Amino acid sequence: MVKSKFLTQTDMKIGLIGDEDTVTGMLLAGVGHVDGQGKKNFLVVDSKVHIKDIEDHFHELTGRKDISMILITQDCAEMIRRAVDEYEHSGKTIPTVLEIPSKDTPYDPRKDGVMQRVAFFLPSAMAALGIES
Amino acid sequence: MSQAGGQRPPANRMTLQTFKARLGGATKGFKLLKKKRDALKARFQALLKDIVDTKLKVGEGLKEGAFALAKAHYASSGDDIASSIIERAKKPSLTTKMYPDNVAGVSIPVFKMLRDSSQEAVAQTMGVGSGGAVLSATRDTYLKAVECIVQLASLQTAFHTLDEEIKMTSRRVNALEYVLIPRIEEIMHYITQEMDEEAREEFFRVKKVVEKKKIKLAKEKEAMMLADATAAIDAPSMLQSKKDADLVF
Repeated sequence: MVKSKFLTQTDMKIGLIGDEDTVTGMLLAGVGHVDGQGKKNFLVVDSKVHIKDIEDHFHELTGRKDISMILITQDCAEMIRRAVDEYEHSGKTIPTVLEIPSKDTPYDPRKDGVMQRVAFFLPSAMAALGIES
Repeated sequence: MSQAGGQRPPANRMTLQTFKARLGGATKGFKLLKKKRDALKARFQALLKDIVDTKLKVGEGLKEGAFALAKAHYASSGDDIASSIIERAKKPSLTTKMYPDNVAGVSIPVFKMLRDSSQEAVAQTMGVGSGGAVLSATRDTYLKAVECIVQLASLQTAFHTLDEEIKMTSRRVNALEYVLIPRIEEIMHYITQEMDEEAREEFFRVKKVVEKKKIKLAKEKEAMMLADATAAIDAPSMLQSKKDADLVF
């Protein structure tokens, strides 16, 4: 899986799963994409959205070839933690799943799989982040 | 690995030669892989710090963005900007480009943000009624945040790829160092020992043969001497011999 060569690829979109404010801001910056069939590369998560929908959307985004990274707010990631971890352990590197802090909840680096791994090699990393957040 | 496994290979000069060549190859590969692992590790260490720094920057950027968005909400006074922004999303003006970067023979994807201003017209017409300036300021804040995020994504993929690659290379280095090379050395040792043993055996055998031959020769000589001697002793006595027949004239 690591052996596979990466080819130069342009026009890759950024997937997005998060609360309304985060998604709005990102769309304002211009990452939003809606294709002909009304498929969106973003998902607004509010209290009405079922966890299963988030998971389905996540799987759909990870399966797409034109997505380079998936931004997911940490509280959403927490809801579908199993799926996120599963994807991380599958060895696939593209798209990359990035956990970003959401507006309401402070960022907790201890829950982020990548940060756990970073802290394993760099013990001072958690302290640097822990003081900040 | 079939012959290096359970049974021993035939001990002769030719197999020794092949194993010598294999040992040379294995040692060379081991050295190269070790160098590769060290290079990857050096890069990896540098990466860790960058990841932490960028992560902090992203957090900061998003915080600013949230604040700016709150201001925009306030400025647009009552209009539901969130839903109109979400409705207007059609084609992305921000896309990423992916290209490979090479670290010690490992290709790592790097992302670069591309901005297509021709697609931004939709966003620019937002908030014409009220709060346009604040909205565009918000957009700039989020643009900066996205830039950081893209950078972080590059670092994170590099991190993942390198992590995996280092694991694999370490495994290979260790396999060579602790399994393959000792095994080849052991086989070579066995072959040389076996060949020495054979040489000693051969030497001893020749020595034995020569010894045997000497003994045989000596015995023959002795027998001959004895035969000569007895022949001399057993010469018939003229006195003891039978009476000759009378001579009748």
